[in-house]
Amino acid sequence: MASTITGAQALVKILEAEGVKQVFGYPGGAVLPIYDALLDSEIEHVLVRHEQGSVHMANGYARTSGQVGVCMATSGPGATNLVTGIATAYMDSVPVVIITGQVATSMVGTDAFQEVDITGITIPITKHNYLVKETKDIPRIMKEAFHIARSGRPGPVLVDIPKDVASDICIAEPSDKVELRGYKPNYKGHPQQIERALKMINQSQKPVIYVGGGVINSRATEQLLEFAEKAQIPVTTTLMGLGSFPENHKLSLRMLGLHGTPFANYAVTQADLLIGLGVRFDDRVTGAIEKFAPQAKIIHIDIDPAEIGKNVGVDVPIVGDLRLVLIDLISKLEPQEHSEWLEQIRRWKAEHPLQYGQGGKLRPQYVMEKLGELTNHNALVTSDVGQHQMWAAQYYAFERPRGFLTSGGLGTMGYGFPAAIGAQMADRDALVVAVTGDGSFQMAMQEMGTAVEQDLPIKIMLFNNNCLALVRQLQHFYCDKRYTAVNFTGNPDFAKFAECYNAVGLKIETPEQVEPVLKEALNNGKLTIIEVKISEEELVLPMVPNARGLDEMVEFPYGEE
Amino acid sequence: MKHTLSVLVENRPGVLTRIAGLFARRGFNINSLAVGETEDPEVSRMTIVVDGEDERIIEQVTKQLNKLVDVIKLNDITQDEFVDRELIMIKVCCDSSNRAEIIQIVDIFRARIVDMGRNTVIIEATGDGGKVSAIETSLKPFGIKELVRTGKVALVRGAKNRHNE
Repeated sequence: MASTITGAQALVKILEAEGVKQVFGYPGGAVLPIYDALLDSEIEHVLVRHEQGSVHMANGYARTSGQVGVCMATSGPGATNLVTGIATAYMDSVPVVIITGQVATSMVGTDAFQEVDITGITIPITKHNYLVKETKDIPRIMKEAFHIARSGRPGPVLVDIPKDVASDICIAEPSDKVELRGYKPNYKGHPQQIERALKMINQSQKPVIYVGGGVINSRATEQLLEFAEKAQIPVTTTLMGLGSFPENHKLSLRMLGLHGTPFANYAVTQADLLIGLGVRFDDRVTGAIEKFAPQAKIIHIDIDPAEIGKNVGVDVPIVGDLRLVLIDLISKLEPQEHSEWLEQIRRWKAEHPLQYGQGGKLRPQYVMEKLGELTNHNALVTSDVGQHQMWAAQYYAFERPRGFLTSGGLGTMGYGFPAAIGAQMADRDALVVAVTGDGSFQMAMQEMGTAVEQDLPIKIMLFNNNCLALVRQLQHFYCDKRYTAVNFTGNPDFAKFAECYNAVGLKIETPEQVEPVLKEALNNGKLTIIEVKISEEELVLPMVPNARGLDEMVEFPYGEE
Repeated sequence: MKHTLSVLVENRPGVLTRIAGLFARRGFNINSLAVGETEDPEVSRMTIVVDGEDERIIEQVTKQLNKLVDVIKLNDITQDEFVDRELIMIKVCCDSSNRAEIIQIVDIFRARIVDMGRNTVIIEATGDGGKVSAIETSLKPFGIKELVRTGKVALVRGAKNRHNE
């Protein structure tokens, strides 16, 4: 094969060898040779409506399947339209390989038509990136890109390929080995540190396990359950960690942080030991950092050494793959009881549950609770960013890993629906629900066309208050209720919008409609928008105000105490 | 306290951008950075001097640098025995009245005169940061017209090398 194929064909061969089934993309001039080569492959191309959708879809595909997601765009605006999605994947450690076309090498650096320095632009938001200068490098670089994207702490890798590099004859044989002398992730935890951690766990009276997305990435959820049960330690998760530990389990404290449960936030504040697993002590989790877990010793286990000690000082650092480290810990751990501590937590749960007023109005919290019930807490839920995201996190009660896809780190509006498309492409049999708001959905609703084309029966649960109500909530608390630039007066009828795509449009306007309409939507087997009309005055609570500690949260809206 | 980092990196286009960009976006201050090819043409050595009062910042700098795929090996040699040098070239105003005095200073510092014009001389000196600063101070009274100074380069003393360090 050596002398008869082009760079583009060599690239497609690597994609096939890597097990890629789908590529999400949008064509253009500079990427023509790669599209041409893809035509002769079994790999399916999913044509999107906006490049940003393609990278979010690859993200949703990767987070659902655990495989590397792949997306593709042309040079210039095609590439720059990917930027938000690349940053989204980077912040959430999602393995995505992004292929961009580039103007021909003779034109690079001349401000040619549709030329942009996308490798320069994406240095801060990729795990690594490449500008391929010679065709013979394509097989090696593509292998490296997949290896880097999926190993260690996963992340996006971009490969920028000039048009002539893709269309020239490729003389290199693909090699199976990847040799990167500057990249060697450490997987096995240091035995001495593991001993120290065990000692600390044995001495602790009030331990808490604090879990993030890393547990899902390292496929360590079974080990987490075993560890927590054997040690009888309560577990709280970050937004990214939701689903890694069953939320209906008696050891579950559910989500902590800015909009976390009171009992999670109290437990962390009172804890004498905090065991961080695949987390990064993000500001949405810690609140005022000096007030975070003030009495706790900290064990931090993560595959990325740079996360350890970045935001808080750590007593026992363990760099390694969570699954392997947890297996080590479990094998040496004596079963424990923390009955007094767990009793205290039971009291907090009874005295400070998540709650909202009932009073006849249609409440979004109720809708999310019902959705959880009706789907056995087992649907594949994606969310956008806003109040609905927090209600989904608080009230759905996730029971399985990879059951909640949301833009946790970057907070990208317009993520949820394309991510749902990627998720459904990865798992055709799953019940996929995209929870969104009128603001977020309008950043991605052009992808309705993609969902229709691919015949995806996604349920879009759209909370509509004609308002960017999470921003409104910030203005409520921090700007003395001077509301500005948050009201949408030109919203479409979203149910009709669905119908004009030959999808189903449903509405929920009263509490009585919730159950029957949800049941109808969940069972119709069709792409469906369920528009849920809610009040713009809803607040996401509890909430930890700026610069406060986690135990200083506001639990009730003023006047409802 | 200033830290001296000796960093071996892939000798490829764009590596300097990755490293400089990392410092800029994470708010780390570079005191100086010198880079050049090593005995292996595929590898460059960077000597980076970082200002870091807080040990945690230095720890973050080194960890973040280590995360870069193009960084092969990084050593904080601050506590090691090492030889370090900077090079300075200074263009000083010079006429017959003070030429002798300037030449005397050049001799004392074991520096060299590398160019002589009608009204100026260019002096070249190498040494550690202290020596280089001292010659600059000594020549200042004559009127410095232009000056250029490299960053620090450093090598650890003794048998250690990049294959076994």
